[in-house]
Amino acid sequence: MSGRLLTVLVFLPVAGAVLVALLPRAAERAQKVAGLVVSGGVFVLSLLLLRGFEAVPGMQFEERHAWLPGYGISYHLGLDGLSLWLVVLTTFLTPLALAGSWSSIRDRVREFNVFMLLLEAGMIGVFVALDLFLFYIFWEAMLIPMYFLIGIWGHERRIYAAFKFFLYTMAGSVLMLVAFLVLYQATGARTFDLLLLAQRPVDPALQTWLFAAFALAFAIKVPMFPFHTWLPDAHVEAPTAGSVILAGVLLKMGGYGFLRLAFPLFPDAAVRFAPWIGALAAIGIVYGALVSLVQPNLKKLIAYSSVSHLGFVMLGIAALTPTAVVGSVYQMINHGISTGALFLLAGMLYDRRHTFEIAEYGGLRRVMPWLTAVFLLVSFSSIAVPGFNGFIGEFLILLGSWRFSPPLVVLASLGVVLAAGYVLWMVQRVFYGEVTNAKNASLPDLSTREALVLVPLVALALFMGVASPLFTRMIEPSADALVRVVREAPARPRVAPGTVAEIPDGR
Amino acid sequence: MGVDLRPVVPALIVAVTGVIVLLAQAFAGRGKASPSMPLSLLGLFGALASVIVLAARGVRGATLGGAYVLDDFSLFLHGLILSVGIVALLISPSYLRATGAERGEYYALVLFSIVGMLGLVSCLELVALFVALEIMSVALYGAAGLHRTRPESTEAAMKYFLTGAFSSAFFLYGVALLYGASGSTWVDRIAAAVAGGGEGGTLALLGAGMLLVGFGFKVASVPFHMWAPDVYEGAPTTVTAVMAAGVKAAAFGGFVRVFLRALPGLSEQWEPAVAALALVTMVVGNLGALAQSNLKRMLAYSSVAHAGYLLTALVAGDGAGTQAILFYLVAYALVNLGGFGALAALARSGREPLWLDDVAGLARRRPALAAAIAVYMVSLTGVPVSAGFVGKFYLFRAAVEAGYVTLAIVGFLASVVSAYYYLRVVVAMYMREPVGEDGWAHVSTASAAALAFTAIVVLGLGVYPGPVLDWADVAARSLL
Repeated sequence: MSGRLLTVLVFLPVAGAVLVALLPRAAERAQKVAGLVVSGGVFVLSLLLLRGFEAVPGMQFEERHAWLPGYGISYHLGLDGLSLWLVVLTTFLTPLALAGSWSSIRDRVREFNVFMLLLEAGMIGVFVALDLFLFYIFWEAMLIPMYFLIGIWGHERRIYAAFKFFLYTMAGSVLMLVAFLVLYQATGARTFDLLLLAQRPVDPALQTWLFAAFALAFAIKVPMFPFHTWLPDAHVEAPTAGSVILAGVLLKMGGYGFLRLAFPLFPDAAVRFAPWIGALAAIGIVYGALVSLVQPNLKKLIAYSSVSHLGFVMLGIAALTPTAVVGSVYQMINHGISTGALFLLAGMLYDRRHTFEIAEYGGLRRVMPWLTAVFLLVSFSSIAVPGFNGFIGEFLILLGSWRFSPPLVVLASLGVVLAAGYVLWMVQRVFYGEVTNAKNASLPDLSTREALVLVPLVALALFMGVASPLFTRMIEPSADALVRVVREAPARPRVAPGTVAEIPDGR
Repeated sequence: MGVDLRPVVPALIVAVTGVIVLLAQAFAGRGKASPSMPLSLLGLFGALASVIVLAARGVRGATLGGAYVLDDFSLFLHGLILSVGIVALLISPSYLRATGAERGEYYALVLFSIVGMLGLVSCLELVALFVALEIMSVALYGAAGLHRTRPESTEAAMKYFLTGAFSSAFFLYGVALLYGASGSTWVDRIAAAVAGGGEGGTLALLGAGMLLVGFGFKVASVPFHMWAPDVYEGAPTTVTAVMAAGVKAAAFGGFVRVFLRALPGLSEQWEPAVAALALVTMVVGNLGALAQSNLKRMLAYSSVAHAGYLLTALVAGDGAGTQAILFYLVAYALVNLGGFGALAALARSGREPLWLDDVAGLARRRPALAAAIAVYMVSLTGVPVSAGFVGKFYLFRAAVEAGYVTLAIVGFLASVVSAYYYLRVVVAMYMREPVGEDGWAHVSTASAAALAFTAIVVLGLGVYPGPVLDWADVAARSLL
């Protein structure tokens, strides 16, 4: 079992999706329960990863089988410190998103659960695939369930948002696919295996082009300024579960893609592009924060705050120091938890009032003290108040990036201040003051189900704020190794385009 | 020793079945249950069985004086074309009944067109190849006009015939010029003469150009695609399915054989031309499809676009290119059969689903059918997990290996454009509410079986394409 744990994690949700699809249409409760039980089971299984994981660099839980052997394509899975927590985050958020949508999804419940489970399989697959072909399959296949989630269960402009999401992401990815093909050709290694390809960086001139193609795909996914315009639409229109997964997991794939694919494959180009990525990241931090300040729509505000938060992640990645990379990976997890929780809370407000307009609310503290308390705690996590997880992540990033570029760090710090501004101002307008709108006067507070969904998130946000070494300890070896590989790469020999390199088959 | 007829057995079975179907129709009389459909199906299954036996027994080689060859390449396409025929037959009866076109000739015509297709992928002599091309085309001209009372159907038949005749003239002229240049109409001798250079160079080049135009018409590549939208729209939907899936496969089979085996000596000249055609075809086909709200026209333009994708691999030439073309033809045939088949399956007397509105909310009324159509659309877009993705991956991999990175970039970007119009169908089915009463037919068992088969194979090839890829590889290497 442990030898095939990753395969089980990827395909158990698929099996669950098939199971749910076979349930009778009317048995909605059974469909919901099945979805929750399967995704919960996947989460429990993913905890086995934590037990078996050792804090050393290199891939663990590796699996490799011939898939299309004649074409250099293998079924190669593996996990290291960069992906471990992202996998666990995925398995953690999926059941919570399902539970959070328990009563808000009433139409086509079966399809909803099927798509959520397929999405989970795709997301886990992206984080554990070590073959470019396999990676691309998961990467793109994931678009389809997300597209349906936004398009079927979204809000008014859902179809537009679903299209925009799909086309943006696909447009970015296809160029990366061309880059895969060119890379396959250029190394002469005739393999799509990531680890083998990373041992043979190609000619620096070619790297520039290939890195650009990869970077475009990942920058759209992150999304980095100025490729972020799909995000607010997708977030605002998506149903709560879609927003939670989108913000919680999908946005992490961009940063992960840089760390796992683009940097190790194209180290020279990565070092050359890093200042530009860092600059765009810093612009994104400030820009996202400023736009958040003026948003009248709760969900849009959280969406733009994601642009800002992911700017931090990208800044740390671009800085390429061990501390900053650890901070980035940690911050990805933090953002998944805090923004996931914020979207769940926004969804709960929407369930009660069917609006995301901040002006429609006010004084909710008097009506819903518990919801207010949780919202405040999650906001603290989001704006990096010390004691919460967000503080550790952002602090590590800023600390690690100082050597990379002090001006960018100063700019980014401005984002921290602004974040406190827009989040607290939003909290003030929604929860404090008098109840100005009569419709808000008698809203019910958190139900038991809602509380059960939120408690794990808040607890984790606090726990990760005080016990961060437990988490970073597992990220560090892999982050160190990555930084070393990329930084030392220029000293290693290059494979010129067209020459045949001898790469031993096997590990 | 007499003539070894084993290589022509599959085509022979289909041809004889066609004759029997015609006769049976004449004797059966009107009004009674027609035996045409079961007979035809039996014939095609028989032919497919013979292909399997021939393949398994290792029967390869040329016959009929060397004009007709059975290599792994033609066996692969035989298998594909016959499967296309079987699926097309399965989706036909309910459609013909619904549209009042239930006539025995239909089956005979489809069978004869299949005989032509089988010949087209097997002939080593250009006049024989031309005969096969005409057998295929003439039968389809008739089939396109099956709805005698519908003006669009007659228009389709007329347009298909006129442009077809036009392209045949180009083709024949090309054959004549090549004969002038090389003194032969045989693939291998033309190749030898052309490779040797000499005074026939210009003639040969002109001949190659004419053949390019001729094949360009048949595979519907830009700028020879004008007929496709009108013909695809006007012809009975099941005939359109045969055209889209079968004709494309057969024509590309002939195209590949002639250009890679008769004209490799001129590849420096025709490769850039084909590359340009591929580029324009991908762009124009996809842009054309964007503007369509009629589903059959949209699929027609999409078939133009896919001809462009396929041409990129023809540029890549032997080996990987041919293999990619063969695999893609399988993927492409399956989804087109499925797409047109799904439309045909919904047809009810006097009403056919043609517009996006017609499939609005289909996911609520026919969930299984909608799911199948969604699979086809995903595959046409080239998104995993589907045969279409794997197919495109190999097409463009071949192009990149041959040094045509631009073609791959344009091809993938064109796929992004195509996502817009393919997804529109999915949007209509899943994200919009049904319009009006549910006036569509219930899917017949035969159609359901055929559509389920295509959808499952499309998904299956997306996950595990290995065996078909390997077979396509063997086929590509065997090309004579």
